[in-house]
Amino acid sequence: MNETLVAVLAVLVKAVIIVGFPLAIVPGLIYLERKVCSYIQGRIGPNRVNLTIGHIDYLLPPSMRGALPVGLARFKLIPGSLQPLADGIKLAFKEEIVPAQADKLLYFMAPVLAFVPVATALAFIPFGTPTWDAFGSGHVINLQLASANVGVLGLFAIGSLGVYGIAVGGWGSGSKFPLMGAVRSAAQMISYEIAMALALLSAIVTAGTVDLQAFVLHQATTWGGAGWLMFKQPLAALIFLVAMFAENNRLPFDLPEAEPELVGGYHTEYSGLKFGIFFLGEYTAMILMSGLFVTMFMGGWSLPLLIDPYATGGLNALLSAGVFLAKLFLVLGFQIWIRWTLPRFRYDQLMSLGWKKLVPLALANLVVSAIVLTFVS
Amino acid sequence: MNTLAGLAFAGLAIAEGYIPLLVLAVFTVTVGGGALLVSHIMGPRRQTQVKQLPYECGLDPIQPTARERYSIHFYLVAILFILFDLETVFLFPWAASFRGDMAGPVKVALLIEVLLFVGVLGVGLFYVWKRRGLEWD
Repeated sequence: MNETLVAVLAVLVKAVIIVGFPLAIVPGLIYLERKVCSYIQGRIGPNRVNLTIGHIDYLLPPSMRGALPVGLARFKLIPGSLQPLADGIKLAFKEEIVPAQADKLLYFMAPVLAFVPVATALAFIPFGTPTWDAFGSGHVINLQLASANVGVLGLFAIGSLGVYGIAVGGWGSGSKFPLMGAVRSAAQMISYEIAMALALLSAIVTAGTVDLQAFVLHQATTWGGAGWLMFKQPLAALIFLVAMFAENNRLPFDLPEAEPELVGGYHTEYSGLKFGIFFLGEYTAMILMSGLFVTMFMGGWSLPLLIDPYATGGLNALLSAGVFLAKLFLVLGFQIWIRWTLPRFRYDQLMSLGWKKLVPLALANLVVSAIVLTFVS
Repeated sequence: MNTLAGLAFAGLAIAEGYIPLLVLAVFTVTVGGGALLVSHIMGPRRQTQVKQLPYECGLDPIQPTARERYSIHFYLVAILFILFDLETVFLFPWAASFRGDMAGPVKVALLIEVLLFVGVLGVGLFYVWKRRGLEWD
């Protein structure tokens, strides 16, 4: 096969994987979230919706019924694990309600606006080694969709546009609770973005690059493979982690949808799959931020002893993608755990934590890192 | 001529990194738009006047429009965000080009520059703080 064809094919396959990833993972995440929540609260949680393979029997013509082996026919998934699927189907069949005072165009645009930027920004996250020799054919494939040399900036430039979806949704609904939720949410997201970007700067100074794949290589090749920036820059990692919760509007910073005050926040007036896309966008943003944290602070797809960052073998590439997934789920699980553990902040506390503590801390961390790098190494 | 061609080539090489991004954007827009369409086609539609009221816990809306004035603080936060975010973006090139293995004097010069820059930023933050621009009451 010629080089161009392979390149085009690789881009298409990677794009399908990346756009399919949130679609495939989010139902599982929702199930995990509800299950973890219920166990933390001493409940059982979703445990009904299920499908046995035996149910397929009902779809077969009468003459073929009972042909399945009994063991196979009784095989069940984890009870309740299909709950998100059932919810999704239900959402698709819900009535489309448009509030009388809504700005129709903005109202319909908003969910897509909230989902598209965060899902597109996933392109910058490297999910495996940069040098996979595709099935030993001599074509080297980088396991990262958009290998831009300004990865971090690009990711922020595109991912931050997600705030428009929320603001437009709140404004377009023409209802007061969504508007208040949207304004709060926008203010919170932009405030914590500064702390987040400043924390990233310390990491960038240490690694000396803004290319995300080079970031992973830096972490994989220093300190015997364990030069993860969460060890080199613990304060920056902590600030990033805190800001991440605020960026994703998750507890303890879920002020935009504080149920007792604002009903449902910016998506109060949304029903059906439009609500579903907002939901998908929220979880995709969570995956994006967790992926960025894994890449920049937890060594990305690298793991000492297991993965050789410069190898070209297929097994090595597969393992690196597996390591990335495992780390991603670790961070996602941490977010779910925190969500059901900590209570909500008050709005003034939230703003003062962002502006008066995290921003000065991140600035100080940057200056100290620069001084240390100048005089020590 | 040579330099022009070289520039064009460099431009193409940079653009090549972003074409996959466009491909992915097309895919994500398709998924989002497709979901809207599915919802539009599958859902029943029996609109009534009461159903279309803005949600206010079952009561009739108090005000004729929801797009009322809201706190001026949000405006202040937005302005502060633009200022500080711009300054942060200016720091990115510095952070990317500052390396531990550079010559000593270069490093010191770069350090002094960034100290000045962050110093100005810090004074700005301090000023806003003292003018109670960061307070919520």
